[in-house]
This record gives sequence, C-alpha cells and structure tokens, in this order.
Amino acid sequence: MSEGNMRLTLKVWRQSNENTAGSFENYQLEGISPDMSFLEMFDVLNEQLVEAKQDPVAFDHDCREGICGMCSMHINGQPHGPLQGVTTCQLHMRSFKDGDTIVVEPWRAGSFPVIKDLVVDRDAFDRIISAGGFVSVNTGNAQDANNLPVPKEAADDAFAAAACIGCGACVAACKNASAMLFVSAKISQLALLPQGQVERKIRAEKMVAQMDAEGFGACSNTQACSAECPKGITFDNIARMNREYLGAKLSSTNV
Amino acid sequence: MIVMSWFTQTLTSSIGKKLIMSLTGLFLISFLVIHATINAMIFYNDGGETFSHWGHFMGTNPIVRTLEIGLVLGFLFHIYDGLMLTKNNREARPVKYASRNANANSTWYSRSMGLLGTLILIFLVVHTSHFWIPNRANQFSTGEELDLYNMMLEIFQNPWVVLLYVAGCFSLFWHLLHGFKSAFQTLGLYHIKYNGLISFVGVAFSIVVPLLFALMPIAMYMGWVH
Amino acid sequence: MATSPRLDAKIPEGPLETKWSKYRSSVPLVNPANKRNLEVIVVGTGLAGASAAATLAELGYKVKAFCFQDSPRRAHSIAAQGGINAAKNYQNDGDSIYRLFYDTVKGGDYRSREANVHRLAEVSGNIIDQCVAQGVPFAREYGGLLSNRSFGGVQVQRTFYAAGQTGQQLLLGAYSGLQRQVGMGTIQMYNRHEMLDIVNIDGKCRGIIARNLITGELERHAGHAVLLCTGGYGNVFYLSTNAMGSNVTAAWKAHRRGAFFGNPCFTQIHPTCIPVSGEHQSKLTLMSESLRNDGRIWVPKKKDDNRPANAIPEDERDYYLERRYPAFGNLVPRDIASRAAKERCDAGYGVGSSKLAVYLDYSAAFQRYGMGEANKNNISNPSQEDVISWGKAVVKEKYGNLFDMYKQITGEDPYEVPMRIYPAVHYTMGGLWVDYNLMTTVPGLYALGEANFSDHGANRLGASALMQGLADGYFVIPYTIGSYLSNEIRTGKISTDHPEFIKVEAESKARIEKLMNIQGTTSPEMFHRRLGKIMWDKCGMARNAEGLSQAITEIRALREEFWRDVRVMGKVNEFNPELDKANRVADFIELGELMCIDALNRNESCGGHFREEYQSEEGEALRDDEDYRYVAAWQYKGTEDWELHKEELIYDNIKIAQRSYK
Repeated sequence: MSEGNMRLTLKVWRQSNENTAGSFENYQLEGISPDMSFLEMFDVLNEQLVEAKQDPVAFDHDCREGICGMCSMHINGQPHGPLQGVTTCQLHMRSFKDGDTIVVEPWRAGSFPVIKDLVVDRDAFDRIISAGGFVSVNTGNAQDANNLPVPKEAADDAFAAAACIGCGACVAACKNASAMLFVSAKISQLALLPQGQVERKIRAEKMVAQMDAEGFGACSNTQACSAECPKGITFDNIARMNREYLGAKLSSTNV
Repeated sequence: MIVMSWFTQTLTSSIGKKLIMSLTGLFLISFLVIHATINAMIFYNDGGETFSHWGHFMGTNPIVRTLEIGLVLGFLFHIYDGLMLTKNNREARPVKYASRNANANSTWYSRSMGLLGTLILIFLVVHTSHFWIPNRANQFSTGEELDLYNMMLEIFQNPWVVLLYVAGCFSLFWHLLHGFKSAFQTLGLYHIKYNGLISFVGVAFSIVVPLLFALMPIAMYMGWVH
Repeated sequence: MATSPRLDAKIPEGPLETKWSKYRSSVPLVNPANKRNLEVIVVGTGLAGASAAATLAELGYKVKAFCFQDSPRRAHSIAAQGGINAAKNYQNDGDSIYRLFYDTVKGGDYRSREANVHRLAEVSGNIIDQCVAQGVPFAREYGGLLSNRSFGGVQVQRTFYAAGQTGQQLLLGAYSGLQRQVGMGTIQMYNRHEMLDIVNIDGKCRGIIARNLITGELERHAGHAVLLCTGGYGNVFYLSTNAMGSNVTAAWKAHRRGAFFGNPCFTQIHPTCIPVSGEHQSKLTLMSESLRNDGRIWVPKKKDDNRPANAIPEDERDYYLERRYPAFGNLVPRDIASRAAKERCDAGYGVGSSKLAVYLDYSAAFQRYGMGEANKNNISNPSQEDVISWGKAVVKEKYGNLFDMYKQITGEDPYEVPMRIYPAVHYTMGGLWVDYNLMTTVPGLYALGEANFSDHGANRLGASALMQGLADGYFVIPYTIGSYLSNEIRTGKISTDHPEFIKVEAESKARIEKLMNIQGTTSPEMFHRRLGKIMWDKCGMARNAEGLSQAITEIRALREEFWRDVRVMGKVNEFNPELDKANRVADFIELGELMCIDALNRNESCGGHFREEYQSEEGEALRDDEDYRYVAAWQYKGTEDWELHKEELIYDNIKIAQRSYK
C-alpha cells in the first residue's frame, strides 16, 4: 500500500476502556501519500498493527465525507486537526510535512467518557435533543408546506445553524468543555423559524437544564468553539441562546 | 418559595452564572468610569484642589456611600461567581489534553480571565490598603477624611509601588479587553448593526481607562503632577 | 411467466388512483389500549427507520430502535446531498402525482411495481408538509415560499432541497421526532448495537439478536414485529459512496432465515463522484447530481489529450451527453450518464492522471449567472471579469459546500478548473422482497427504505431515495403494519427465554467465536478489498456472462479462504471494530455471490444492470420484456444454493416502451 513517501511518527492515546487508565503509544509510519485522508493514514497504521498481531487503534468514523459527525480526533492540540472548517475525515496528509510527529488524543470532557482509545461516548448530545430539540408535531398533523411562508433570511439563518453535525468539536475545543455552541445551534434554528415559536420558551429552558445536568462547562466567550467548528456554526448562536434562555426564564409560566 | 425556586434555578444555571458575571462586570465597569474620572482631576495639577473637592463629595455624599455598599457586593459577587465558574469549568474536563494548541482558535487573555482577575484582586488588596481602607477607618473613628492627594504623592515615590500599579493596570486592560464585549455577548446583546460599536467602545475603554490609571502613579513619580 | 405462489404482493384491487386511499381506509386498526402492549423493533435509524420509529411511537406502540452508530443522527441518510422529490407542482410546470409516478417507473426501466410507485407519488407531498412542520430549513425564495430544482430523468422542477445537505436536514428532522419519543419513554434507543440475526418462532418473526458493540455482549430482544431499515449493500463493492459502516448483515441474516432477496444485481452507479486517487482509497465521495443542473460534462475530442482542461478550446470539447441525448442533455438518468462516461473513458478519451474521469465544467454557468446578476442590477456592458466573479458568487450560494468539499479532497479549486468526476457505486435498488404492506416473506418481518427492493425498479431517479425512505416510515408502515398487528393483540408478551431465542443466540455466539479463533494471516479489510475488486470488475457498470461466471467461482474461493485465513484482533467482550468488520465482510461475500448469480440470470440490460451481450448498436441498453419483466426473488436454501421465484410485473396504467431520453 506504500504509494507515497511521507514518514511520520504518531503518538496515539491508547486506553482499553472507560475504567482503565490510558497512555500514549508511539508508532512509526512510512510510505504515506499526501493524498490520503487522515483516517486512511490510520487505516494504514491499523493494517500494520494487525500484521504485527497487535490490537488496532479504535477510532470513530463512518461517512468519511464530513457530514455524519462521527469522526472525532484531537490532532496536535486541535479538534479535527490544524485546518479550520473540516472534519478529521476530510483532513488530508498534504496538510502535514514529511517527518512530522503527530499527537492524537480523544475528545476530552467529563461528559464524553472514553470508550476505547480515541472513541468517546457522546450520548449526552442525544439526551439534550430529547429534552427539547424538536417541534412537537406528530406525523400527519402538518398543513400544506407553502401555507407557512418563511422569510428567506430566517430560513437561511436557520439552515446555517441546523448544519451542525453534532461531532462535539466545540466541546473538545472549549477550555471549559462547554456544549453551548451545540445547544445554541439547535435552539437558534427553531427560534428563527415560525414552526418553533410555540415551544420556544420551554425548549430553551429544558435544553439548557439538560446541558447543565450533563456536566458541561459554561461559556467563557473565547470563541474557540466556532473557530474549530467544521461546519462554521457561528458564535452569535450562543448570544441568541442566552437571550432565549434568560427571556424564557423571566417570562415563561414554568415555575 | 415558588418565586425563589425559578429565580435561584436561573441564577445557578450555567447561563445564570454567566449573567451574574456579566451584570456585575458591567457594574464594575461603570464604577471604573467614575473612579477614573474623579482621579483624573489630579491632572489639573492644582495641588489636588479639584480632586479633593470631588473626593470629599464621593466620600461623604450619603447616596454615594450607599452605592458603595453595592460596589463592595458587586466585587464580592463577581469574585465568588468567578471562582464557582472556574471550579465547574475545571470539573467539566477532568482529564486534560497532553497537547493543546489553543492559540490557533482563541486569544490567550480570553482564556485567562481567572488569572487576570486574580492579579487584579491582588492589586486591589494593595491598592485599597493604601487608600480606601485607611480613609474609611479614619472616617469611622474620627469622622475626618484623610488627605488622599498627599498620600498619593507620598506613596507613589516608591518605584516598586508604581511598577505594581502599572502591572495592575495591564491586567485590567486585558481583563477589560475580553470582559467588555463578553458581557454583551452573555446578555445576548449581539446584533449585526451594533456589534461594531460594542467592539469599538470595548477596545477604546480597555485602553483609555487603564492608561489613565497607570498615568497617575507615573505622573506623580516623575513629578509631572505635584 | 407466472408469479410464484410464494410471492403474494397483496396489491389492493381497484383503479390505481384509489388503491391506496381505499386500502388505507379499510386496513384493520389496533385500538390504542392494545397498541401499548405491542412491541415493534426498528433496526436502523436512517430516514426510514427514524421516521417509522417516531411515527409508530406517536401512535402508541412500544418501540425499540437500534443503530450501530454512536447516535441515531449519524445514519448514512445524513450524507444525501441534492434533494427530495415531491409532486407538489409548486412551480406550475405541469407536475402531478401521475407524472412523478410515470417518471419513476420509466426511470426504473419498467422493473418496479406500479401500485407501490403510485402510492409513493401520492404521499410525496405529505412528506414535504411534515418536514416543514418539523422545522426542516428547506431552501426558499424571497417571497418566503419553497424553492425547487431539477434532477436527472425529469423535465419538471420538483426537487426540494436544503443547499447540498438535504439528507442531513431531513434526517435531523426525523431524528428530532425520534428523540422526542425517546425523551417521552415511548422509544427505547439502543446506540452502538448491531443486529446479528432475527428470531423466528412458529413461522413468525419475533425478535432479534443484537450485539452491544461496546461490551460485546449478545442481547435478545423480542417484538411483535421487526422492521429492517438498514439501508443498502453498496459496500459489497468495497469502494462506494456508502459510509464505512453501512452493511448488509441485518438484511442478509433475514434472508438466510427465510426472507427472499429481490433483484440483488440492481445496483446504481452514480455518474458524478470524485475519482479514485490511489490504492489507499477507503471510500468515494459523491458530488451531488444537482451539479448537473448547471454543470456541463465533456471530454476532449482528441484521444489521449494531455493538455490541461482550460487549455482545450471550446471546439475541441465533446459535450457527449448533450450530443447523444439532446432532449435531456446533462440531466439524463444516472445509469445512462454513468455508462456514457465509462464508454468515453474506455474509448480512450478519459482525463486526469488515471484517465478514468470526465470533466464537469461550470464555466458556462459562471457566465450565465454572472450576466443574470448584471441584468438584475441594471449594469450594461459589464467587464468579463466582473461577470465571472458575480457568476461564481451565485454558484457559491447554490453549491458552495460541494465545491469546498471537492477542493478539500482533490486539492484543486473547482472555481478555476473543471471538476474531474467518474461514476461510483452509490445505491442498491435491490433488497429484501416485500409485498404492498412492506412485509417480507417472513410474517412479521418488514423492510423499509433502501433495504427493500420495491420502488425504483432497475434504476433510481435522483432525489427519490429520500422520498422513499420517508414515505415508507412516515406514511406507509404506520397504516400497513395494522393489517398484521391487529391479529397479534392476543399474543401477549413474547418471552426471550423461548428456545428459539436461545438457539439463535448460541449460533451468533458460535459464529463470533469461530471468527476469533481462525487467527489466520489476513485482515477483514483485505478480504473486503478483494471482494470489492471482483465485484467492480465483473459485476459493476458492465457485466457479461463469462465475467459473472468467473466472479462466482472467485467469490466462492474467497469465502473459503476467508473462513480459513481471516485474522481478527482484539477480544470478544470489548469494543472491537475489527470483529464488527469481519462479521460484515463475511456476509458481503455471500451476498456478492448471489448478486452475480442474479446478474447472470438476467439476460437483458435494464437500468443499472447492463449486460454487454444485450445492447443496441448505439450502445443503449436492450431490455427483454418478454422474458424478464419480473422481480427476481431469491430464496436461500443453503450454501451456494438459491431458488429463484418470479413476481411478474404487470403494467395496466403505463405503456411499456423503449426508454428514450434523446
């Protein structure tokens, strides 16, 4: 499989399961092509490990086209590596130099426990969505789609917020392991659309409460989250969430 | 009790804690405006006459003295809440990264508000023990105010003190540089039409106020003001 | 030919237009109190699975949903780019339910069931309503109403979209409905679980065996009905646009336990994918078909022309789709566009270093949109530079994320040089055979979405997969499942201690242990690559009897070698992706054999199935309606042993014709 000539040293976090301590292992790789994606480079590593009868590195990945949100590597100190606006699967080896040492760690957050090696548990995000990230409309209840005009601007802004892939890079990047960019993206999407108005207040209250219950940190407004977000979810979503939450708390009838 | 439950719930939530940081921060910023304005009276270079006039007003006016209690509380809340947030935020990441390239995604001072705040607090301990505490103590015991202007002239003859004050002003500069616009963000005051204004005022304020403060000990040490 | 007695499609009587509405109103119901006692297992949480699970839970059934990913939101429906069709006729351009029905049957090269396709067209409009109500941010016009675009094989604008992320937005909509029910406790969600087998008791499907992928434990789950919404099997080719984890295991295990497999050889090769860049390639990335709305496809007129694209003058370019198919031009259906690209490349006109690519060029679109902007802003005599930059801005708004993705993967800027594209495996029209109720040949076992064979015939039209997945989940299964479950209200709770559960679990366990104990020399990944190569070379875009026979022999040898020489690292009772992979590859190998057998059996060319022996002089597919107008449903009888059952396709409402897009 050697079709390139890059040599790399990988320093990879290895951890058998949630309850054992982990540590870094060093691996040497040769023959890496600059056209490979970062995950394909890991495929080469794993092939090499299997050949040597060692346990391959576990890492999450699925679509490998930057949309499923499954891949989640912290590469050289940054979630999804040095490029902005891409996921790990879209990062290519041409972004690295021959001879580089690359440090790869899992997302680090108390709310994202390590399952194995570079794989973490992100169920907390699902639970936050369950708390209120929806419009309560049963199948079959809908009116004709064009009966509800939505200003293009609102639709575009809602789409921009809805583009979140739930990868957790925001949490990984934040010095406080805060999930506010993720939560605010969903709150924003539905607050911007007429469909989301009915449950607007209760949604903000419940989603924030769940976010806190999961143990994520608070926001220090460093904007690291939006800088690292592979989908470019913007920071103003958090301002909107604050507004939605505080407004809801002050005016809703939920005591 | 019902009212308290939603109210405390709000203020103890992650966003609620940020709200307290933001509101107390903005309150302290408003205090800085007054404090800097009145202290800048020394630059009239009139032997402290104007400064002492206003200092006397601030030290004796009953409304101001009442507000002063709020100010102390503002500081305490800001500090306490900051400590709580720091604690929670640290707990949110029990295992740290071995490698972290945070400068690629954020400024160092935005990540160091706790550190900068602590430095400011240390400075404040020194600063209040120089002026505010002796003055109020004296007022309490004798009913008389101290001659703050001459105290300044005397204390700022020590180069180490001047250096400490200047360092305190640098901490304040960075703290404000992030804190000012951060407070607006936390309150949800983010709008495409006004972001530029908030950002400009924030940067200007962060430069002008600490600069004014820093110039006071420097000017007295250098003898520009006497 | 007569339909096999084993294949009762249960199509309602009456005229096509009223079949569904009449059936829907007369299908037996289950009262709410009984629904609470009926359990439904949903495997897979893509568009079909998530929408079905949410809707059934809303109706009151107790639902258990399973996905192998870490969250239901990551199912591969998320990667669908271009859009979703619906016969709304919002554009007033002559669309109708009948036209969508007709286009789909014709696009599928007359190998799909009329009644199913018509039902699909009927409910298509409801899907858009439902999604909008959920807050799916579809693209809109300035007036606030929904925007549409065109897709291949049709002449109206009926495709709804959300930039190049329509699948993502639709899935997140369905996922939000699912998570709402999870929060209410009506759905129990099992993430990181892989279904390994189904459990049949007394001839009915009564549950599944699933493996917890974190702990490796096997679990028994019982249900009154099991819905397989597990997607397609394109990964049998190793390289495809499917996700790495997409697999056939659930469908295949169901097949081995009695569910017939319909038309396994019908595979869709998508014409616009980013070409393979080297041996290391692990998957292929699609460039949405929507790009063919505005892009023009060409190759140099001269063979082996090595000049860069921009250096080739206009009159030396061959816009071969526009030349061969003037009526549809660049928007011919996928099978036709793919074959045409292959034909040009095989003839020596391919571009790029591998010569296995054609150009998808946007320069005409930049010019056209740029002039449009100039006109809109009343600018006369704009400079050429300005026109191009305005045009690029318009294209960026429409397709920005796709262009960025192309640049990211290839390192080339598609705003400056034409994109290079080549066909790649994308979708499988074949799947588990289902009747009108979406039930397989195993009572109580259903298949929805890409996992079934039903609606797309031999070729799927663009933007119809999302439509079908959501139609099945939101609007079909909630009704049709009643006809089965209404007879189950007296069954009571099904015990997972039944001997069948114990037996099937033991079989799953034995197979895992066997895999772990081989400790051979070759990784599952390597076997997968080798299988993929056989499939692509011999059962890919073009097939012939000789190649297929060879492929069958090779695959049998590969299977034998796999079970002798595979090396699975790690342990059973831990998170072990190598073991997951080995399990999946073992099933792909068996499926590959059946696909070749099916392709060999079908002595005609239709849709995505192109047998080189059966083509016209111009290279167009030659169907044989006399002998092959049927669904080939294969019954598993044992290793290397299948029995073919035929379901005759009857067209009462459409006149079958040679498909022409000229």
